[in-house]
Amino acid sequence: MSELTRLTLAEARDGLAKGDFTAREMTAQHLKAMEQGRELNSYIVETADMALDMADKADHMIRGGNATGMTGIPVAVKDLYCTKDVHSCSASHILNGFKPKYESTVTANLWQDGAVMLGKTNMDEFAMGSSNETSFYGPVKNPWRATKADGTLDSRDYVPGGSSGGSVAAVAGHMAIAATGTDTGGSIRQPAAFTGLVGMKPTYGRCSRWGMIAFASSLDQAGPITRTVRDAAIMMESMASYDVKDSTSVERTVPNYEHALTGDIRGMKIGIPKEYRMDGMPDEIEKLWQQGIAWLKDAGAEIIDISLPHTKYALPTYYIVAPAEASSNLARYDGVKYGLRVEGDGLPGMYKNTRAEGFGDEVKRRILIGTYVLSAGYYDAYYLKAQKIRTLIAQDFAKAYEQVDVILTPTAPSAAFAMGEKSDDPIAMYLNDVFTVPASLAGLPAISVPAGLSADAMPLGLQLIGRAFDEETMFRAAHVLEHAAGFTATPKVWWGEK
Amino acid sequence: MSVDIKTVAKIADLARIAVREEELAPLAGELNNILDWIEQLSEVNTDGVAPMTSVVEVDLPWRADKVTDGGYRDDILANAPSTEHGFFSVPKVIE
Repeated sequence: MSELTRLTLAEARDGLAKGDFTAREMTAQHLKAMEQGRELNSYIVETADMALDMADKADHMIRGGNATGMTGIPVAVKDLYCTKDVHSCSASHILNGFKPKYESTVTANLWQDGAVMLGKTNMDEFAMGSSNETSFYGPVKNPWRATKADGTLDSRDYVPGGSSGGSVAAVAGHMAIAATGTDTGGSIRQPAAFTGLVGMKPTYGRCSRWGMIAFASSLDQAGPITRTVRDAAIMMESMASYDVKDSTSVERTVPNYEHALTGDIRGMKIGIPKEYRMDGMPDEIEKLWQQGIAWLKDAGAEIIDISLPHTKYALPTYYIVAPAEASSNLARYDGVKYGLRVEGDGLPGMYKNTRAEGFGDEVKRRILIGTYVLSAGYYDAYYLKAQKIRTLIAQDFAKAYEQVDVILTPTAPSAAFAMGEKSDDPIAMYLNDVFTVPASLAGLPAISVPAGLSADAMPLGLQLIGRAFDEETMFRAAHVLEHAAGFTATPKVWWGEK
Repeated sequence: MSVDIKTVAKIADLARIAVREEELAPLAGELNNILDWIEQLSEVNTDGVAPMTSVVEVDLPWRADKVTDGGYRDDILANAPSTEHGFFSVPKVIE
């Protein structure tokens, strides 16, 4: 019984229920894999003692007949979630040493259901990035490396995507069964696509944001990163809840998402938005998209061409709205209440030096852009204009959903790229999120499903976007897409003990 | 619209981030690249369009204005870089 790290969440749940192995055994194997996988830099902190305690409690729950779908499941938690008395810094130096005295609602829900925390995962600083290269704790390495023409692995390091890069590397590298991510403009879906995993963001308001370190509050949502669509359904049910502590969380019953996976999408209407066919998009992405359309059609879905006319404006709109909200949210880091303090000339000098040293370059760039677009004289031209275009983008989707049930698109315009390739060009980096940002701006649920491999054997994903609060239909379609794609590839292990 | 060095210095001051003199020019270049790219939004006609205030149509919940939580002084101070007598302490601001 040595490969408990290779199980899907559903397999682990079923094995635990049957008594094939214990939560403690499964957790111990993961802790060992984490030790061997340290060079991937996916974890910032490993919480081994805590994990074993939680595993014992889970075993107790299972023996007592009180198990849920998440009981005993070893989970990696993105550093953006506040976890009581455990490092929670959003991978930023400015939160240096911060150990909150409270637990985020989403992680509290998981622990309540018996899940086991393995540690806190690396990420782009404050979730600002698409390659996990902006972390104060160093970049994360993708467990996947391209295969060269002679069949050997490229020796260069690849990015895992971002911002939830540590979370996906932990799951793809078999150092966690599942992980929590957060998605503001694509931070769950794009890294999931880059690592052959399923990544899902629910409708805005489905999960409580309480205890999640804020980036852009009108966009931030929690979501699961898993190996299969079924796993995502199980974990989402545990994470979602109405919470009086978050006034934007929505009071709606959380469905049993796993029940939605019927395998039957006959008559389902799938929208294909023509505006997602971008200039310069690699042939293999277009081909995969066409293949996805064919799979869903073969399963009995009806394919309908649709138009989302404001798609090309989504990304620039996002780069006004998100930095504006970030500049406001990040004003709280002033060297007084928590984290780093760097002394200076009086109080203003202390503020300025603390923030200069505590924030990384990309975070500073976004705070400055946000401050500018909100400043007197520019507010109407930038911020108000962007909020109006955001309305138009949401209206595009609303109109499309009069005709279709789900929308199918690629997740990202390319496969994972080599480290350093785009880190000097912010706009080239931003373009990674061109297909994920529109659904974020409209608050819609969306999921990335691994669907194939690029020419050099790197994973590629397809995205399904659902109606607001209809995660079930989206899950049902994703489950069928996943089975048609039959993606079973895993990265060749090049790290740790050879 | 583009920003010059003076504007960057002003924004940085508003954002309370210390920026060294020699960093201003490269920063202005970076910000202008992003602002030029964002500029394409001006071609969208937004006459009569209401700015978005909420992505989901919900009313904000109401609650009674009662104290339901509190008494965490030590927890709140636990992560502060500097405290005195049960308060946050900051550099002197009054001479």
